[in-house]
Amino acid sequence: MKRELETALYGGKRRRSIGANFAGWAMASPWIIGFLLFTLGPVAASLFISFTHWDLLTAPRFAGFANFDKMLFKDPQVWKSLWITTYYSIVSVPLSLVLGFILALMLNRKIKGLSFWRTLYYLPSIISGVAVVLLWQWIFSPDFGILNYLLKVLFGMDKVYWLTNPKLVIPSLILMSLWSFGRSMVINLAGLQNIPTSLYESAEMDGCSSIKQVFHITIPMMTPVIFLNLVTGIIGSLQTFTNAFVMTGGGPIKASLFYMLYLYKNAFESFNMGYASALSWILLLYASALTLLVFVSGRYWVHYEGGDGK
Amino acid sequence: MKKHSLQLLLDAVTYLILSIGLVIILIPFLWMVSTALKTDNQIFRFPPEWIPNPFAWSNFPTALTYSGLPFGRFFLNSFIITAVTTAGTVLSSSIVAFSFSRLQWYGRKTLFFVIIMTMMIPKEVTIVPEFILFKTIGWINSFLPLIVPSFFGYAFYIFILRQYMMTINPELDQAAKIDGCNIWMVYWRIIMPQCRLALLTVSIFSIQSHWNDFMGPLVYLNSLQKFTVSLGLRMFSGQYGTEWGLLMAASLVAMLPILVLFAVAQKYFIQGVVVTGIK
Repeated sequence: MKRELETALYGGKRRRSIGANFAGWAMASPWIIGFLLFTLGPVAASLFISFTHWDLLTAPRFAGFANFDKMLFKDPQVWKSLWITTYYSIVSVPLSLVLGFILALMLNRKIKGLSFWRTLYYLPSIISGVAVVLLWQWIFSPDFGILNYLLKVLFGMDKVYWLTNPKLVIPSLILMSLWSFGRSMVINLAGLQNIPTSLYESAEMDGCSSIKQVFHITIPMMTPVIFLNLVTGIIGSLQTFTNAFVMTGGGPIKASLFYMLYLYKNAFESFNMGYASALSWILLLYASALTLLVFVSGRYWVHYEGGDGK
Repeated sequence: MKKHSLQLLLDAVTYLILSIGLVIILIPFLWMVSTALKTDNQIFRFPPEWIPNPFAWSNFPTALTYSGLPFGRFFLNSFIITAVTTAGTVLSSSIVAFSFSRLQWYGRKTLFFVIIMTMMIPKEVTIVPEFILFKTIGWINSFLPLIVPSFFGYAFYIFILRQYMMTINPELDQAAKIDGCNIWMVYWRIIMPQCRLALLTVSIFSIQSHWNDFMGPLVYLNSLQKFTVSLGLRMFSGQYGTEWGLLMAASLVAMLPILVLFAVAQKYFIQGVVVTGIK
């Protein structure tokens, strides 16, 4: 009876009627149209635009491979910006993952005020954008900022020029990003609560210590969650724009000229649409390559229950 | 007995670390509030005072009304954009999610895979051609480039809602159909009310991201009267770069709507992250 109902309702394999097909496509059409208009179309268009010189005032001129030639061989800033972005990702993503994981482990213990702690640690992640950047700019202020003051009082440290020292500007931005590690913590926490307690119970019976349990049960069981945090973290960090744009404008001496910032400057300050399009293609390829790398590596370290590899 | 003392030690360490974290999390907020209530004179004092004496409440009206920037207008603009985009996002994403979860149609699986793929694309890679598109149709310096795309659904939200709708009993639809509901009525009257929680989560995400959005307004808006709060704030910092009291007052007000939303609906914020993170 139930099977019949489902077949009638969903069409099943046999009864996937024209009507059901039409309704399905019609209701999915907003996304399909949006995908063509705002994703596939633009990605394809940017490929064409990348073969032109176009300032939007005059008609585009065919440029052949000039933009790619410039990008690959004549413009070292592309590689510097790519490196800055990668450096930022390599440090900030794992750090916030580890912080989020350790905090989640602590909050998964039977402690008092769990929801208070969870709310508190999540708080910084809900606010982002210009207001937060301005706040951190003030925190980093060398003369009157709270950070230098605390470092001086606690450790007797000299004044640190967080945002104007080219060597420190990226670590400073990483520090700021770590303040909002709460997102990865909450996701980890949910993952931890999904681990069946029976696993720990049997480990306990076998005389496994708590530390051993973390390494032999918790971490393997959490690898899918860590994987997810890793992928979203990498994609997010490649998009870094607002923080650097507002806080440093890419400086000092272009030390924080993130890739998106460089792309933005080419597109909307110098109006080199062709070159900016070529740059966005590289970003797309780079993001895809990194994602692929993570997915491929995942086969070796991500443990899926049932073990069918997703 | 030994076990017991180990547990106690672990508890102590946990609370200690959590409390240190508490201080680290809260200092920036307290510092902001404290600065927002200080005059220049009080700010540039060393060592800094945490509690301003006296409170410089005047920073708020000065920042928001006497700065020459129409902050009231900025807030109105941000409210309009956030409200319309959120309505559009929720409506369109839920219809699409309904189709992907409750209807059987040819190509459904393939397209769902495409949706997942698009979630891996940094959306900024399309900013150049999108700008050209909107410029060609004359939408620059209007809210349209920020608003219209939201009516076509966002992959991420479609994904969340679809996962949620998959868990609803299929017999519900059938019962409704027998009662004479058409597909729209099933979507609107049967499924949507069942998804209230997930819809709330998506709305909160959408409000948060559109309120804080900076790059979109930066690229598409260029006259002061159309600026959002983020753009206005940045302009403000350009003009009053070292007047931290005013800057922090303005920043605090800019964050306020999201902080209030969080205070009211924090359960759904966290639940939302959990739902999206785990699937």
